[in-house]
Amino acid sequence: MLAFTLRRLLLAIPLLIGITFVSFLVIHLAPGEPVGMNPDDGVGQIDKQTWELLRKEYGLDQPIAVQYWRWLTRVVRLDFGRSFTPDSRPVLHKIGERLPVTLLLNIVEMIIIIGLAVPIGVLSATRQYSAFDKITTVFVFLGFATPDFWLALLLMILFGTQLGWLPISGLRSMNAEYLSFWKQQWDFVSHLILPVTVATFGGLAGFSRYMRQSMLEVVRQDYIQSARAKGLAERVVIGKHALRNAMLPIVTILALSVPGLIGASVIVESIFAIPGMGQLMWQAVFERDYPVIMGNLVIVSTLTLVANLLADLSYALVDPRIRIAGRRGRR
Amino acid sequence: MNAFSKALARNRLALVGGSVVVVLAVLAILAPVLAPWDPNRPDVRKILDPPSTRHWLGTDQLGRDVLSRMLYGARVSLAVGFVSVGIAALIGVMLGSVAGYAGGSVDATVMRLVDLMLVFPRLFLLLAVLAFLRPSIWTIMVVIGLTGWMGVARLVRAEFLSLKEREFVLWSQSVGATGFRVVWRHILPNAMAPVLVAMTLGIPAAILTESGLSFLGLGVRPPTPTWGNILNEGKDAIEIGWWLSVYPGVAILITVLSYNLFGEGIRDALDPRLRQAVGRVLARSR
Repeated sequence: MLAFTLRRLLLAIPLLIGITFVSFLVIHLAPGEPVGMNPDDGVGQIDKQTWELLRKEYGLDQPIAVQYWRWLTRVVRLDFGRSFTPDSRPVLHKIGERLPVTLLLNIVEMIIIIGLAVPIGVLSATRQYSAFDKITTVFVFLGFATPDFWLALLLMILFGTQLGWLPISGLRSMNAEYLSFWKQQWDFVSHLILPVTVATFGGLAGFSRYMRQSMLEVVRQDYIQSARAKGLAERVVIGKHALRNAMLPIVTILALSVPGLIGASVIVESIFAIPGMGQLMWQAVFERDYPVIMGNLVIVSTLTLVANLLADLSYALVDPRIRIAGRRGRR
Repeated sequence: MNAFSKALARNRLALVGGSVVVVLAVLAILAPVLAPWDPNRPDVRKILDPPSTRHWLGTDQLGRDVLSRMLYGARVSLAVGFVSVGIAALIGVMLGSVAGYAGGSVDATVMRLVDLMLVFPRLFLLLAVLAFLRPSIWTIMVVIGLTGWMGVARLVRAEFLSLKEREFVLWSQSVGATGFRVVWRHILPNAMAPVLVAMTLGIPAAILTESGLSFLGLGVRPPTPTWGNILNEGKDAIEIGWWLSVYPGVAILITVLSYNLFGEGIRDALDPRLRQAVGRVLARSR
């Protein structure tokens, strides 16, 4: 297990370097420039002198390779530079205060998705073609097809403006500090309900589908037959023998869906005005705040990398075949 | 092929999906003929008119006819879906076949590149690129394509790995066919089935991405009508003009739903074993 862990960590290093390289390249290959277009092209809003001064100040007059090296040496010390916005705060601080929000949202979403998708998947697999199974199938296809931003819009109209039950923006009410402790907690939770619902909707559909499929495949296996044959209760056969094996592929799919979940936070956070990394990214794009954009891209993809790594390790932990196959494969 | 059409014909949902796909394409192509009004002509006398017999789906804040805008929007959405998936498939097939056929260090490099691209949450990457490009329908198509080829590359590579050991490939290699000829004439045609399925299922994903970007104000620039743009502009008038926020969303939902049903139908009819392979790819592209 230790060897497996080390190998996985080593494999992550080139990916990390790749992340910084792509993040840097993406922004520098694009024709637009952070300090605005060259005034010689006749589109700039600033005069030539200011433009050159700004370029020099941010090191944009250097060759790309030099810029990348300079940037990389700072990034490894977690120095992403300062934001281009008037507050010119260090990028790391800006991201740091938003990271917990996005993490919290995504972890809550994950827990809800798994908590609901597993029982739904198991139930519809064990009662294949029942009314429950058919209803969930319809729900799955709708879940796949519903644009999350549109669902957000509809829920905002319904629960926010029409019924007035739930707040539709931010994480806290304006008067939150005057509320009692428990009221404050409820205030926070109620702000999370709509965004979390929107973010989990599509993922829930997908996962219950995979869970159902995985379960259907497992219950056809011989060891399930023999478990039944030796007289075990159906509850034990399904809940213990089948479920555990059906969960295995789900771990992989869970890891693979992490980028999608985090990506969706751009939409959810910008619609519900939640101060997380997605909203930061969205705002930075409009402000062409490129230190923030690059920093965000690096941090977010590193997060995904870490999540994938954790999933790989937990997968290897529960399924010894992975560890052994991995060793054989690389020999 | 006969078994394929029989299997597809038995799947009623897939047929419904396929018919809707065709109808949508026809509507989009015929938009200039069908649209009752000029989609970009404002009219101050009928700002935010609710749906009526003159304007079936109402008008927007500038008095433009929503039905006409949605018909023209269908063109953009479908075009983005088709072209970006085409680009993604082209890149994916090329890299996937090179990796699968060459093997060794070429394969390892390509697969590391795939891993790397998959680490980026797609929307973040798209936003980063779009921040510095002038968003037009073409840039949107290209960027969505450039960030969506990884699933196809993996599928093609996997097909190649098993196909290149088969007798007909070995035979054509042994009689001296060039590597290109072996790939192009013998392996690729046999590896295309999962690619076609992945493409059918990739189109709705691309449509969702485009409309999401447009909704965030980073997609196709207004006044070009797209479903995402109409929703984006409509959300400011949500209290008065619900029709601006409801109809485009329904259009996206129906489009994506029919493509998904159709794509799944093709997949099941082609080969039930594909179920799993392509299902996994879907999980990645979301």
